[in-house]
Amino acid sequence: MYELFSQYPFTAAMLALVGLGLVFGAVLGYAAVKFKTEGNPIADQVNDILPQTQCGQCGYPGCRPYAEAIANGEAINRCPPGGETTIAQLADLLGVEAIPLDDEHGEEQPAPLVAYIREDECIGCTKCIQACPVDAILGAAKRMHTVIASECTGCDLCVEPCPVDCIDMLPEPSSVRNWRWEMPAPAEIIATDRAA
Amino acid sequence: MRKIRDFHGGVHPPENKAQSLHGPIRPAGIPPQLIIPLSQSYGSGAVALVEPGQHVAKGEQIARAEGLSGVPEHAPSSGRVAAIEERSIAHPSGLPATCIVLDTDGRDEWIAHHGAEDFRQLEPAALLDLIRNAGISGMGGAGFPAAVKLSVNPANRIETLIINGTECEPYITADQALMRECSVEIIGGAEILAHLLGAKETLIGVEDNKPKGIAALRRAAQGSAIEIVSFPAKYPSGGEKQLIEMLTGKQVPSNGLPADIQVVCQNTSTTLAVYRAVHQGEPLLSRVTTVTGEAVTRPGNYEILNGTPIDWLLQQVGFRQEHCSRLIMGGPMMGFTVTNVAAPITKTSTCLLASTETELPSPPPAQPCIRCGFCSEACPVKLLPQQLYWFARGKEYEKLEDHHLFDCIECGACSYVCPSNIPLVQYYRAGKAQILELRDEHERAERSRVRFEARQERIEKIALARQEKRAQRKAAAEQRAREAGGDGSEQDLIQAAIARSRARRKEQTR
Repeated sequence: MYELFSQYPFTAAMLALVGLGLVFGAVLGYAAVKFKTEGNPIADQVNDILPQTQCGQCGYPGCRPYAEAIANGEAINRCPPGGETTIAQLADLLGVEAIPLDDEHGEEQPAPLVAYIREDECIGCTKCIQACPVDAILGAAKRMHTVIASECTGCDLCVEPCPVDCIDMLPEPSSVRNWRWEMPAPAEIIATDRAA
Repeated sequence: MRKIRDFHGGVHPPENKAQSLHGPIRPAGIPPQLIIPLSQSYGSGAVALVEPGQHVAKGEQIARAEGLSGVPEHAPSSGRVAAIEERSIAHPSGLPATCIVLDTDGRDEWIAHHGAEDFRQLEPAALLDLIRNAGISGMGGAGFPAAVKLSVNPANRIETLIINGTECEPYITADQALMRECSVEIIGGAEILAHLLGAKETLIGVEDNKPKGIAALRRAAQGSAIEIVSFPAKYPSGGEKQLIEMLTGKQVPSNGLPADIQVVCQNTSTTLAVYRAVHQGEPLLSRVTTVTGEAVTRPGNYEILNGTPIDWLLQQVGFRQEHCSRLIMGGPMMGFTVTNVAAPITKTSTCLLASTETELPSPPPAQPCIRCGFCSEACPVKLLPQQLYWFARGKEYEKLEDHHLFDCIECGACSYVCPSNIPLVQYYRAGKAQILELRDEHERAERSRVRFEARQERIEKIALARQEKRAQRKAAAEQRAREAGGDGSEQDLIQAAIARSRARRKEQTR
């Protein structure tokens, strides 16, 4: 055997390499089947960052589809509810440059809005219930509807279908409970400012 | 003699305690109207049990606790409920909150009440109920409900009960006055708490700048196992974690509670309230608050009914409006400015400080950080205040958490020593608020995602069911057509449908 190898070193090397290739190929092939990742892990991570408003302002029917589109190379600046924070996080995750929000898809709201139904004007048509992407509206046909404020994402999708225009998008009222300390205004002076 | 450990950092601001220690504790009286906020403290608040127009006796319960961390409220004096409405309260936000407004009748008539005959006969759970029903919240400032703090996991066998009589913040002398005048009750309260917790040792920690208070407590504690420990004054030795470290040498773990290291801390005023609740059956209706500052002509410690409006109180103590530059609830280090004097004094109000401009000058404008490092020398928690400051300004929340922002006790020692007058604590408070808000948002987003996905799934299921039904109907129709003699083709189906509708119409016209 040894003599044969030393007589035909080139063939021997070829055989060894092919042999190794076959073994590793088999291992990799087995691993690919055995440890197959379900779904798209990047889309999952992107979806985790998106605000889950499900408003569709990005042009996709919900956050999950937009996350999948981003994973396939869609622009990251189409989410107005997420705003600059979300864009920065996405840029960080995907290793791309943070770009300003695309105005075409809407503007960033300073405070999240919540839908309120003016209940005595509601005619009970259930159109808003069908429009709500997160099932946050309660009601039945010909019965008054109401929004579960804690579940409302402020997506705006219920306003358009309402035939009597009885839905208002209002900011959450500020109270002692949801009040937060604010950053102090940066009023830094240097020595020469004082004289002025 | 117990070995006193030192904690890192700390500062020595001017004490200014003598002004309010001249006389004894005086009752402030009954104001014509009391305003009792339904959410006075850290917990979840209370739900009103009374209606406008209803007459209530002193000590009658007017609101029940909401959830486990709420605190019930009682009428501090007899009178008629005027309204339950939004009133401004003493809160850093200046926002109003729901309050029960009580018009007092001046008769101050008690509801029938009686204390427990022997608290040692009572089960810990029964004692805990007594304390919870008496509406006692922590009276040292933060207002954490006492009963919640005392209901420790039985797995944590409490070794040490510490009564916090440190009162390290300048100007405040309420606990000191109580120690001088009610030492017997404080010791009695400590005995109740020790019995309730099954604590092996009970310590009362007092700074050595209160010699009369220490002497009174030592006299009252003679013959009991309670030890009075005094130690050199340094701000913030009254911080729960700092006090525990000084007295026991143990450190409370980050994100942990004192109960994790078998220690429970209670404030002196709280201990007194527990004594009154158990022995006399009296709920917490009033507290001793220090009213002081140069803009007040009669500074001192006053026994003030819960809900007493600040403006009425100031009239009683000779307030000079024209001299007052700032009205602070709490001490000068950790207190906040009161914007509306119609707000009431509550169970957590330790001090009302009406200061003049010379006494507490308004902070000069902040200058750039020069990286002197004084703040990290002063920090009692061994944090890196200037690093935290940069991260907070840069909104680098992850780094803030990595640098243990949430261990900051907001004592203000760093801002006190800062030569550039940077309001450091404000940055940390805002940073904490931002992080909590982001967490909250993330949690909400997660919930929305789950709801969205559940809805998608349901819609798909309905669509699928509909499709199935359609397929079934089609199959049934084909079956019928075949039975009618056709070959089941589309033409036959149409013919069959036409025939059926004709037959129906004929029947109708007949």
